[in-house]
Amino acid sequence: MSTEQTPERVIPVVDYSKITRDGLWTNNPGIVQLLGLCPLLAVTGTVINGLGLGLATTMTLIASNVIVSMIRNVVRSEIRIPVFVLIIASVVTAIGLVMEAFFYELHTILGIFIPLIVTNCAIIGRAEAFASKNPVQASAMDGLMMGVGFTLVLMVLGGLRELLGQGTLFANADLMFGDMARHWTLTLINDYRGFLLAVLPPGAFIGMGLLIALKNAIDKRQATRVRLTTNDPATAIVP
Amino acid sequence: MGLNAIDTIKPIGIAGILLAAFALVGTALLTGISEVTKPQRLANERQALLDNLGQVLPANAYTNDLLDQAMRFDQGLALLNQDDHATIYRAYFQDQPVAAVFTTVAPDGYSGDITLLMGVYDNGQISAVRVLQHNETPGLGDKIELAKSDWITQFNGRSLTDPAPNQWTVTKDGGQFDTFTGATITPRAVVRAIYRGLQFFDQYQTAMLQPAATNAVPLLEGTPDITPLLDPTDAVINDLIPTNDVPE
Repeated sequence: MSTEQTPERVIPVVDYSKITRDGLWTNNPGIVQLLGLCPLLAVTGTVINGLGLGLATTMTLIASNVIVSMIRNVVRSEIRIPVFVLIIASVVTAIGLVMEAFFYELHTILGIFIPLIVTNCAIIGRAEAFASKNPVQASAMDGLMMGVGFTLVLMVLGGLRELLGQGTLFANADLMFGDMARHWTLTLINDYRGFLLAVLPPGAFIGMGLLIALKNAIDKRQATRVRLTTNDPATAIVP
Repeated sequence: MGLNAIDTIKPIGIAGILLAAFALVGTALLTGISEVTKPQRLANERQALLDNLGQVLPANAYTNDLLDQAMRFDQGLALLNQDDHATIYRAYFQDQPVAAVFTTVAPDGYSGDITLLMGVYDNGQISAVRVLQHNETPGLGDKIELAKSDWITQFNGRSLTDPAPNQWTVTKDGGQFDTFTGATITPRAVVRAIYRGLQFFDQYQTAMLQPAATNAVPLLEGTPDITPLLDPTDAVINDLIPTNDVPE
């Protein structure tokens, strides 16, 4: 039949679900690749700070991946790294300027960590490992998913530290979402005296370690379950 | 031979030109974005400065534009712990001087400089003090921020004689001002800096609070020690820059 196609032909060159899984979980820049640790540990005092830096990083990742992918056939390999650095630096500076114009207070709080996004290895890592070898759309998707994965780690770590450190969640949400978010702060523990360790840098390292351990534990459990099911002939079909 | 040389040089040349082209495009884009966002960024900066000033001086206390009548001041810098100059925001009520707002630095905090913005009325009373910038320990020393505790408000209305000079320190040193549990160094540094700020105001009050000019131009001529805020980059202290007011 003419409508019949061989399976090989419909397999897409770009596997979007794999890109998504990689960014969010299996190859997460924060807790698997351990890239961009400096900003990750430094700004995660609250959920909102984490979200702010995460979004700025995501925008940078998407923009730099798209641009790198567009020029991937033009740039000679000898100068690709300086060109990537140039692109990333320009993108970050542009995002910094826009943030300064429209999210001034958040920009003030995140301070030096906005320009420091340039030094986040996750960004040049994706440019080199993915965007320079893949079409624009896939690269944009990769940037988005890596960025979202990174943002989620920042937010979870920020939430953990904010909750333990000061007993709240979403404090200062108005810096990002405007005046309507002034009441979003959840005070989960009333009259909480605070847990200094969580707020200080060691708390970031400890929290990060716990997150990585949690992820590894989940992966391990998953692997055991898959092995068990495949060993059982009755339920051997794994989706 | 010649051909070989050209073959070697050519790719290098192309690479160089490509790199330059990327640099050019990047710079052009950034210049564009910088220009487009500039009005908004300057407005934000001005607003942030006004917000800070509004925190230490109630808006109904004066009738002039604080930023327009800001001035550069070169005397008594040791009292304020400023290196180069201080910026004084002068408040007038219908041309009568009522207050001055300035930043002062406490160099002896637990972790680096603590920058304070303080307003003083012409009778020598503090209108209010706020912490602009600090690196004190979160959860301990950061109670000097109004967001964390109202400790800083106890200076409202104080003056050089209230409390008496020997009481102008923290309770631990026999003075009047509380410390925090686990943090003495930070409040001590702040109290001392505020006291020096009051001394500064006391000594230079006349020089600072010249009668207001009738228009918005800072009054400068004939007062050699007072120079105008001409260059915004030069007048920076902790981002307190009235950039819009400065002629380009």
